[in-house]
Amino acid sequence: MTLLTILFDGVAYGMLLFVLASGLAVTLGLMNFVNLAHGAFAMFGGYVCAVLVNRWGMPFFAALPMAFVAGALSGVVAERTMFRHLYGRSHLDQVLFTVGFVFMAVAAADYVMGSAQIFINLPESLQGQIDLFGIGVGRYRLMIIAICGLLAFGIQLTLAKTRFGARLRAAVDDPRVAGGMGINVPQVFAFTFAFGCGLAGLGGALGAEILGLDPYFPLKFLIYFLIVVTVGGSSTITGPFLASLVLGVADVAGKYYVPKLGAFVIYTLMIVILIWRPHGLFGRAATR
Amino acid sequence: MTNQSEIAVSAARTGRWRWQEIVFWLLVLASYVLFSNRYLILTEIAWLALFALSLDLIMGYAGIVSLGHAAFFGVGAYSVGLLAKYGIINEPVIALVAAGLIAMVLGFVTSFLVIRGTDLSRLMVTLGIALLLRELANRFSDITGGFDGLQGFTIQPVLGLFEFDIFGSVAYVYCVAVLFVLFLIARRIVNSPFGLSLRAIQNNPLRAAAVGIPVNRRLVTIYSIAAFYAGVAGALFTQTTALASLDVFSLERSADLLLVLVIGGGGYLYGGIIGAVVFKILQEVFSTITPQYWQFWIGFVLVAIVLLGRDRMHRWVMWGPDFLIRRLGLRPASAVRPEGGRS
Amino acid sequence: MTLALETIGLEKHFGGLNVTRNLSLQVKAGARHALIGPNGAGKTTVINLLTGVIAPDGGKILLEGADITAMPVHRRVRQGLSRTFQINQLFADLTPLETIGLAVAERLGQGTQMWRRRGTRPEINDEIEQHLTNFRLLDVMNEPTVTLPYGKQRLLEIALAIATGPRVLLLDEPAAGVPEIERHDILAAVANLPRDVTVLLIEHDMDLVFSFADRISVLVSGALLVEGAPDEIARDPQVKAVYLGEAHDA
Repeated sequence: MTLLTILFDGVAYGMLLFVLASGLAVTLGLMNFVNLAHGAFAMFGGYVCAVLVNRWGMPFFAALPMAFVAGALSGVVAERTMFRHLYGRSHLDQVLFTVGFVFMAVAAADYVMGSAQIFINLPESLQGQIDLFGIGVGRYRLMIIAICGLLAFGIQLTLAKTRFGARLRAAVDDPRVAGGMGINVPQVFAFTFAFGCGLAGLGGALGAEILGLDPYFPLKFLIYFLIVVTVGGSSTITGPFLASLVLGVADVAGKYYVPKLGAFVIYTLMIVILIWRPHGLFGRAATR
Repeated sequence: MTNQSEIAVSAARTGRWRWQEIVFWLLVLASYVLFSNRYLILTEIAWLALFALSLDLIMGYAGIVSLGHAAFFGVGAYSVGLLAKYGIINEPVIALVAAGLIAMVLGFVTSFLVIRGTDLSRLMVTLGIALLLRELANRFSDITGGFDGLQGFTIQPVLGLFEFDIFGSVAYVYCVAVLFVLFLIARRIVNSPFGLSLRAIQNNPLRAAAVGIPVNRRLVTIYSIAAFYAGVAGALFTQTTALASLDVFSLERSADLLLVLVIGGGGYLYGGIIGAVVFKILQEVFSTITPQYWQFWIGFVLVAIVLLGRDRMHRWVMWGPDFLIRRLGLRPASAVRPEGGRS
Repeated sequence: MTLALETIGLEKHFGGLNVTRNLSLQVKAGARHALIGPNGAGKTTVINLLTGVIAPDGGKILLEGADITAMPVHRRVRQGLSRTFQINQLFADLTPLETIGLAVAERLGQGTQMWRRRGTRPEINDEIEQHLTNFRLLDVMNEPTVTLPYGKQRLLEIALAIATGPRVLLLDEPAAGVPEIERHDILAAVANLPRDVTVLLIEHDMDLVFSFADRISVLVSGALLVEGAPDEIARDPQVKAVYLGEAHDA
């Protein structure tokens, strides 16, 4: 039954990646803003959750929303003070800026939290496995699938059914036309950026157990976020979702079946996909 | 002066050696005597300058932004290390050329991925390739030494005559010599008709094609050449430090390189060298202030440069050196690129 | 009667929109052929199809009898087909000297030269001088293109296309946006194009069209409406109807 376990682990991993990377996908699709520092907000949320649970004794499930809030708040602050100035600039400038930002974040995290990997004390209910259809499935991973699945569903629902969702989709499709139709694009973006950073923070907290949380998190996982966004495209939410799942399963399967090459599989897969479809599997060429 | 010879003169103008450049290189020569107690850092500046020169070739002249140029640096580094360790090629200069060629092949192969697609996919692919190589080096740690790095190799005397000494004087002269020769070649290339076609491609690829320029072919060519240069830089690094570990492929290395070129400015060949000097000075300064967290300040400099605007930053902070540079005529008048221009 | 340029059943659609419909155009060698039509008729699309910027969904393109339908943009230029752009597409940082020199060098196969310095071949210098003189750019030859006045840029746009040594030249609204005082230079440059170069001109300016063309094709909604000598077209009731729907302009 190892195949099922791999699928299960892979799906959990993929869902986690989706929560982490979705903010980046929307940011890129919406404002054509290359934010290589996205992982820094995830790391921040992760550390906040760790401090709350490990040092202040807050229950895990209470700390998770705080991780989201931490991510969102830091996103708002960063956006209002710095990132905002870079929307119209060239991609090179955005790359340089966000890379510099990541370096600062990594060093700051190292200084404040130390360079060792941190684990969050999990509640009893999340430890070990439960019996599902005769297979032992990890409780933690099950929780991840549940939470992230709900989130993905909620996001898709918001985008498709609410007015805000409609405005966001319009703004992603063509910011100029959307602005001309009276949609307050900067406001939509500020909110979306904050929400994306919040999701990243939540993802960082959730991911501490599976991915490992240390000061180098933003750099280690940057490539994964970028793969999700490039392969999944940035014009829909389903694209990155599917891309995350494929990536998660491929990574877990790769590390199991060809352990010598491990993450090698992912990078090759990414390159192959980019050769075949330079705009991502589900993306469209930008309208601007 | 007839129109004809006026045209000949104007066309050849950018290619002619100006006295300012000669002074620059004489200064470099003089540094051997002037800074005789700082050969180690000068050597670092030299190969870093070569590395930045290689990035300038693709970024400053062809407009390709790469987040993974360290891939070629790393290939060059490991190549000479492995060549020395297994005694395949013992003479450093030949090994250097071989390493450059290996990097060039990699550059050629990957260029087809890099020239397609958007800005973002280009960033992705270049980063992905560098990380992929890092993974490869990690997995085959029995050959490469993995995290600990390549061990147990020594570099033979240059040309069989000049043994690497502990003061680093041989290393320094070696690096500067290689830098100078490759610089000369690069200078010829960018001032040739081929170099002009690159600048045209950077300005307006649509029109370049409409003038009969095979755009992709030219980009593949310059990318391969740049890969050769980066490979040689990596080889110099390993030959002068006897080190080769996984961080030769790291994102930090590629990002630091971007900073070097941004400091010095791209598109006029000297930016890489000037940027390398300034970067190393900054690194020294930051490392003395905070030995463990100096990358924070590097990041800060990057953020500051971009927020202030590269042009404005150049004008304020670099007012002195910039004034000198312009006075000496090293940077062409129209080199300043518009902000937020090319995406 | 040899055909310099010919399309057979050329088709192009963007999504559901059919922008080029079964276009069969014939341009005779040495002709001064004009393509006119109301806004949105798809004239620039035709040029983009002819030059290879976009690929057709059906039909063929023949340049002097050779099928170039699948040829990439730069190869078509080598085969002798050049164009100008409606909005100037120039090299902002390059000077007119460099721009023209670039085109001439490419044509003479010098584009891959990495070692030789520029300006050392007299035959190239000769030709550069000739083009710069013909298009009145000699006095500004060392100024970066981005600093030139619009009229000079427009002249450079045409000069650049000529410098590629085409046998067939597609001009996309050469006089567009040029201020009144500089128009004369453009019109004179167009009129003085070598007779052995076949020219297909897209224009809105009817004065220019009727003074220049010996044959006119009218394009409406991506299809050829009518074709003939200038005086026939001027009298054609269909053409008048198509244009009467438009606002009165030059």
